[in-house]
Amino acid sequence: MNSCSILFRDATDRVPDDRCEPPDFFGDLNLGQIVAAVAAGKEEYNLKPFFYAALRDVDCIRFRHEVMQDLEDARLLAALRDFALGMRAVRDSLARLEKHPYVHQKEYWFLETLARYGEVVARLSSDLSAAGCRSRGFRAFSAHLMQYASSATFASLVDEAKRLKAELSAIRYSVVIRGSRVEVHRYGESPDYGGEVAATFARFQQGAAQERRFKFSNATEMNHIEAQILDGVVQLHRETFAKLGDFYAARREFFDAAIVAFDREVQFYIAYLDYIAPLKKAGLAFCCPRVDRSDKEVHGEQVFDLALAVKLVEKGAAPVCNDFHLKGRERIIVVSGPNQGGKTTFARTFGQLHYLGGLGLPVPGAKAQLHLFDRIFTHFEREEQTSNLRGKLEDDVVRIHAILQAATPHSVIIVNEIFASTTLRDALFLGRTIAAAMIRLDVLCVWVTFLDELSALGEQTVSMVSTVVLGNPAQRTFKIVRQAADGLAYAMSLAEKHRLTYAVILGRLQP
Amino acid sequence: MKARLLHPVDDFDWQWALGAAAERRAARGGRHSSRIEGFDPRKGLPWNADALVADLSLNALLDAMAPDDDYVFEVARKILLTGVHGDLATIRYRQEILRDCLSCPAAVREIYRVAVDAMEKQGWGYLGFASVRYPDSMLRGAIETMANFLGHLKKLRQIADAHAPQFASEGWIAFFRMLKRDLDDAYFSQVEDHLEALKFRGGEFFSAQLGTANKGGNYILHRPPARRWSLRAWWASLFADKPPVYRFQLHPRDEAGAQALIAERNRAIGIAANALGQSADHVRDFFGMLRAELAFYVGCLNLGDQLAQRGAPICLPLLAADDSRRLSCRGLCDVALALSLGRRVVGNSANADGKDLIIITGSNNGGKSTFLRGLGLAQLMMQSGMFVAAEAFCGCLCNGVFTHYKREEDARMESGKLDEELGRMSEIVDHLAPHSLMLFNESFAATNEREGSEIARQAISALVERQVRVLCVTHLYELAHGFYDEGLENALFLRAERLVDGTRTFRLIEGEPLATSFGEDLYRRIFDEQEDGDEIENEKGHAVAR
Repeated sequence: MNSCSILFRDATDRVPDDRCEPPDFFGDLNLGQIVAAVAAGKEEYNLKPFFYAALRDVDCIRFRHEVMQDLEDARLLAALRDFALGMRAVRDSLARLEKHPYVHQKEYWFLETLARYGEVVARLSSDLSAAGCRSRGFRAFSAHLMQYASSATFASLVDEAKRLKAELSAIRYSVVIRGSRVEVHRYGESPDYGGEVAATFARFQQGAAQERRFKFSNATEMNHIEAQILDGVVQLHRETFAKLGDFYAARREFFDAAIVAFDREVQFYIAYLDYIAPLKKAGLAFCCPRVDRSDKEVHGEQVFDLALAVKLVEKGAAPVCNDFHLKGRERIIVVSGPNQGGKTTFARTFGQLHYLGGLGLPVPGAKAQLHLFDRIFTHFEREEQTSNLRGKLEDDVVRIHAILQAATPHSVIIVNEIFASTTLRDALFLGRTIAAAMIRLDVLCVWVTFLDELSALGEQTVSMVSTVVLGNPAQRTFKIVRQAADGLAYAMSLAEKHRLTYAVILGRLQP
Repeated sequence: MKARLLHPVDDFDWQWALGAAAERRAARGGRHSSRIEGFDPRKGLPWNADALVADLSLNALLDAMAPDDDYVFEVARKILLTGVHGDLATIRYRQEILRDCLSCPAAVREIYRVAVDAMEKQGWGYLGFASVRYPDSMLRGAIETMANFLGHLKKLRQIADAHAPQFASEGWIAFFRMLKRDLDDAYFSQVEDHLEALKFRGGEFFSAQLGTANKGGNYILHRPPARRWSLRAWWASLFADKPPVYRFQLHPRDEAGAQALIAERNRAIGIAANALGQSADHVRDFFGMLRAELAFYVGCLNLGDQLAQRGAPICLPLLAADDSRRLSCRGLCDVALALSLGRRVVGNSANADGKDLIIITGSNNGGKSTFLRGLGLAQLMMQSGMFVAAEAFCGCLCNGVFTHYKREEDARMESGKLDEELGRMSEIVDHLAPHSLMLFNESFAATNEREGSEIARQAISALVERQVRVLCVTHLYELAHGFYDEGLENALFLRAERLVDGTRTFRLIEGEPLATSFGEDLYRRIFDEQEDGDEIENEKGHAVAR
């Protein structure tokens, strides 16, 4: 039944579900944080594997972009949220049902669950047909759902459950308790005595009184006395309970596999949209990027670090957006400039854009064109590890070597401040050598470094610099711009402050 | 049944008064009180309540109204601070009721005592924590409490029968009519019948509907049939179609079952306990409301007694329409001063009809602040329906009373003194509306006279232009004389009277502000051997002596 998956064009695109380990670069690019936050509260859907596998095919990405475009319809999105809540309620209800020791209670919960399932399916079916989706993903699923919802099997399932439930809830019975003797009767009309007492004293009520309610337990479990009373009710209404028992026995497996799969997979989109919603509200732009395998010209406008933006927006601040582009034979962006100026953030942004783009998701930025990568490599500074007995410099070289071995011309490499633990001469030498190897490989790279010289190795390298406020070098702008690295920025007045001057008070007391 | 003694239609927030009185009692006893959930001590009070209490010495007034009753204290505090806005009819309604209270104080105090007794001697058995789990003890408690309330209701009815003809106001007449109508003998016997039936001597009888999880829901309590054996019923039952019944009996050794059966019986008893408990709450609330509304008038009676002992006059003020800009008084006393001095104080007369700006100047210790406070208190008292301490008083309702008094240096050192004053003023401006009453006492004096006068001039001019009535006690000669020179028709200038020999009469007279001539005084103090030397040290000593 995977022919109508909302995540994959067809079964061959599918990645195995058991991939539970994030790619190596997740931590460096803060993608781990992003995915953890996206998936938070949605553990039941096991969404993380979907985020751990980037797509390899441009059309697969387009397939997801189409779905995302359909999801721009707020009504559709709301309908899917309702559907998800409904399905969750159905699952929870089934799980609870099993715990009831009394069969008449189980049967009752089964009816409730079915009724809910019926509503959820019917509702989604009508919502989807009203939405007029255009994506291949939604159209295929809608077709399946319409067919299922209009099938005779589904209709009889739902109607029978409804009928039985109405029959049950119409049953009223009387109980008389005298000492240890209990009688259960069919109900005969008799006045409400509690109401009579309340009416006698209602005249004293002074407005809304705090309601007095003796708290009976709301537990749905029964004790054996309650069960005995229910047995009495069953004796008095045999036909109804016989029908109920038959129905439960016959209809236990009622889920449709494709609907269950859809319920999980569509959360991939919803979870991401929920995650970026506060940012959109704060005025930050997202776009579906153009992704291409053949072209290495990439650019981004008003792009930003997604993980950082989420934190800033929570605090009421806004991230600084940046632009970048690589044209012609340009491949390597060398980022230098003052510390704490947003260099690492910029490098992460570049990596995040590519990865999110590869998942077929909208990326943080107003406009973007990206390369369809095969792998992403990151080399960020690490804590010195005593376990491998290597010095820090050596560790750096070993790691970059491994990256260059594994990378292909379609890879993306992010390098952040390496070779900081050696002399300038050594660092320059290593830097130049590795840059040359990257140029030969024709790989896309962002390299954050304190070595200005690396920015001018040839036409393949582009220099970008973190900037400071003019006239106040201590203040950072967090703007990374494309430019050559240069290695280097009180009695009446109090009344006014308190808005107590004549004219201002007149204004404040404007009638 | 509503007491309706404070307002012809609306309810007073008596539950707030209950919470406030409990907190005050606990605080006075040095105990910590656990605050009633949802109780907000500031609810309904104006934002500047604390400033009003401090600046107008309101607690002196409240202490006289409530010498030993936290309930009266809190009710009076709330009513005085809240005031009635833009509703002359309600003020007149209260004034009429108060007039009756002043002529029949004994009956009013007796009704109040019944309400207090009912509230304080109620059985708490139906409210306690334990009863939440035991509805049968809750029901017993409710029956007992209700029987108790029944006694108080009967007493209330007796007082009504004895005293109703002496009362003439609309509010009191309606109150007594209600007691006669709603608490007749038939009603009392109906109540007694319920109290007997709710003992369930014949077993519990209820019905239920299959609900969630096929458990019983929508429980309804039924009155068990009287189990009197009758030949006719027995004979009829022999021939009637027997409806199907399912019976079972608890096994004598099934203890869990016995508990479960009690829980089932409690379904019925719980409904009865809820209904009767809720009913007892209603009756208690009726007494609560009655107590709260009467508390205000009992407070007025107490204050009236206190003022009479000090020879201070009282009168019900004459109310004019809101925009009439009337304000005049004869023999107005500062209640706070009269109460604290314990003797007769000098009354002041003034006619400020049509005046929007009243500037009071003059020598220290001359009664300026006392007059300002007396007027502010009179406004609050009038606005709550009380009498005022004057031979005659005529005014109109204002849109809130605001005070801006000189304060001690800010202890937190966060802002300079002028900054603090201006900050407070700005906050007041945020709350001002046309027809507010603004009282300034030596404001804006935290800087030099020229600057202080200019700030004050701008602020006061703007307020007056926006129809705020401003009363201003000031030493800023430039400010006072500046306004005087403008020759404003709507300004009144009062001056503390100082006789030629330097004696103060504590009277205010109309007249041009005089230069305080600080420099001259200083020059004289140093060069001419201190003619008026102790004037400065004694500043305010009189008015603040408490």
